[in-house]
Amino acid sequence: MDIVVCVKQIPDPADPGELDPETNTLKRDMKLIMDESDSYGVEMALQLRDAAGEGEVTLVSMAPNEEVNGLRSALAMGADKAILVSDEALAGTDALGTARVLAAAIGRAQADLILAATESSDGYTGTVPEQVAELLGLPSVTFAKEIQAESGEVVVKRQTEAGYDEVRCPLPAVVSVTAGVVEPRYPSFKGIMAAKSKPMDQVGIGDLGISPDQVGWAGGGQEITDVSAAPEREAGEIITDEGDAHERIIALLEELRIV
Amino acid sequence: MGTIWVYAEESGGKVASISLELLTRARELADTVEAVVGGDGEPVAAELGAHGATTIHATGDLDGGLAGPAVASAVAAAIEGGAAPDAILFGTTYDGRDVAGRLSVKLGAPVITNVVELEQADGSLVGIEPVFGGTVNVSTRFNGAGVGLFLVRPKSFAAEESGGGPAAVSALPVPDLGATGAARVVDRFAEESTGPKLDEAGVVVSGGRGLGEAEKYSLIEDLAKLLGGAAGASRAIVDAGWVPYSHQVGQTGKVVKPDVYVACGISGATQHMVGMKGSKNIIAINKDAEAPIFGIADLGVVGDVHKVIPKLIEALQARS
Ligand SMILES: Cc1cc2nc3c(=O)[nH]c(=O)nc-3n(C[C@H](O)[C@H](O)[C@H](O)COP(=O)(O)OP(=O)(O)OC[C@H]3O[C@@H](n4cnc5c(N)ncnc54)[C@H](O)[C@@H]3O)c2cc1C
Ligand SMILES: Cc1cc2nc3c(=O)[nH]c(=O)nc-3n(C[C@H](O)[C@H](O)[C@H](O)COP(=O)(O)OP(=O)(O)OC[C@H]3O[C@@H](n4cnc5c(N)ncnc54)[C@H](O)[C@@H]3O)c2cc1C
Repeated sequence: MDIVVCVKQIPDPADPGELDPETNTLKRDMKLIMDESDSYGVEMALQLRDAAGEGEVTLVSMAPNEEVNGLRSALAMGADKAILVSDEALAGTDALGTARVLAAAIGRAQADLILAATESSDGYTGTVPEQVAELLGLPSVTFAKEIQAESGEVVVKRQTEAGYDEVRCPLPAVVSVTAGVVEPRYPSFKGIMAAKSKPMDQVGIGDLGISPDQVGWAGGGQEITDVSAAPEREAGEIITDEGDAHERIIALLEELRIV
Repeated sequence: MGTIWVYAEESGGKVASISLELLTRARELADTVEAVVGGDGEPVAAELGAHGATTIHATGDLDGGLAGPAVASAVAAAIEGGAAPDAILFGTTYDGRDVAGRLSVKLGAPVITNVVELEQADGSLVGIEPVFGGTVNVSTRFNGAGVGLFLVRPKSFAAEESGGGPAAVSALPVPDLGATGAARVVDRFAEESTGPKLDEAGVVVSGGRGLGEAEKYSLIEDLAKLLGGAAGASRAIVDAGWVPYSHQVGQTGKVVKPDVYVACGISGATQHMVGMKGSKNIIAINKDAEAPIFGIADLGVVGDVHKVIPKLIEALQARS
């Protein structure tokens, strides 16, 4: 089973984000890491590949400055190879443009199944996987909390408002996975060493047949009209529990007519 | 503004609250508001009409197919055929994202996402999106011609009836979907739940990693029940498998705006706060006086959840 996993490389979420005051896009000039949300897709792919006993896991990423740090982490987990799209023309690309690039890059790999996370940690539009599926003319199942591969199809437990739906979907297909679908493994030392020599196909948009006016600022079709600080919520009373804090809570609940 | 379409979702003949919220806001912004339904229109015609939709464009039964490709193709075909909504609003829901994503490709138009407020400026619609855990608001609008697609977070607007009569139902044919329509729902499972729904409850009591272990979540459930509320959770304990995802509050979970939110053993990560800081009153119990949750709490109790909550439960039980 050949699987492509979309892996977004993002600034460390532990560092507070910052918008570039010139362009109003997220600053991305620091070292990027693999979005933790994608570690679930990588793990899922490794498990499906190993269960099938054949096939390859190919990572696909679009990132600035030829960043490979996050891809190396996923290769260290056990993925076989990676495709990185990095191009100056991609600065300011929105979700649709990102999907165009990813879909074209995925076209360079063999894929029975394409995995992504339901939403990234930094942009979280949550639209890219479905856009990729539409661009590739494929069926898709989003919000997978469990995936089983059977002959030529996947059976997916798809999160719903009430619980979950069981969805059958023929391959090839795009599936987006939720956090917790599987437990991502830690890369072993051997894995980290091996990752350094795994194939990394670095391409620009020209290699993908994409012209600069389809992506970046030009391809966007939206403009930011204002950026402002959100009104802050004020802190109220803070007390230290001396064994009677519950009484203060009840008094407040009474005041609010909850009890 | 001329016409806004709202993608309306229903389950069991009842329209989702997010869809009613969108209709309510849409009718303040547009002269004409119409609904798009991936299913039969008749069962929801009264409720959608009462919230301001004059027409429902309904695909009819999807026969187990997913909404994403079917509704997106149907809407794209209608637009190609001359329908000209100025904007289409979707809830940030499982199906809402799917339909918006697919449609965005079909129309070659971007989607403005995670919107919490919609405003009109110079005749175009502007979506306001909070970023960095809600500390900064970004306003975005489309600069091209064509339809504006907006994905709006639940609970951004209050649903109100307009007093309108039932909406007229018009057929929205689904074109041949080819491979894109091949996924089929073969079974549906509902998790058992008692009490009010998390995103509709007047009181939400949430637990976090500070509870220490999965068994202690019963404290949260007991307290929620005594207050007539719903039990929520931080992502930390959902990922740890203590409670199902349906309990999660925050950026990747539910947005809640109850009268009272009680955060127990939750640190107050920005991704959690973005889902609950619209609550009218916030009570936080945390043993760390420096926990960020205290920064937005109306009443903060620096204390041990294992001491404070049992006493609270006992005192409430004694009253009832
Ligand atoms: C604060 C903020 C707000 C934004 N608002 C909007 C908006 O309203 N509309 C809009 O169109 N764009 C918006 N963007 C831009 C958008 O986030 C980027 O275009 C981004 O490249 C793709 O979207 P995402 O990360 O939101 O994708 P999502 O749809 O959230 O990503 C889902 C999954 O797709 C895969 N994926 C996504 N991007 C990549 C990648 N570069 N490489 C590999 N895999 C990937 C990953 O598996 C990811 O988890 C915003 C960006 C920021 C920082
Ligand atoms: C992309 C992304 C999306 C996310 N989405 C969400 C989301 O939707 N919802 C969400 O909740 N999180 C989300 N998170 C995770 C978030 O960043 C935090 O990791 C999470 O909210 C922490 O959960 P917590 O507060 O339960 O745990 P912790 O941060 O570990 O906090 C536990 C707290 O309990 C306190 N405590 C410990 N023992 C006791 C005791 N005996 N009595 C009282 N207090 C005690 C501690 O002082 C601490 O403050 C997301 C993260 C990312 C990167």
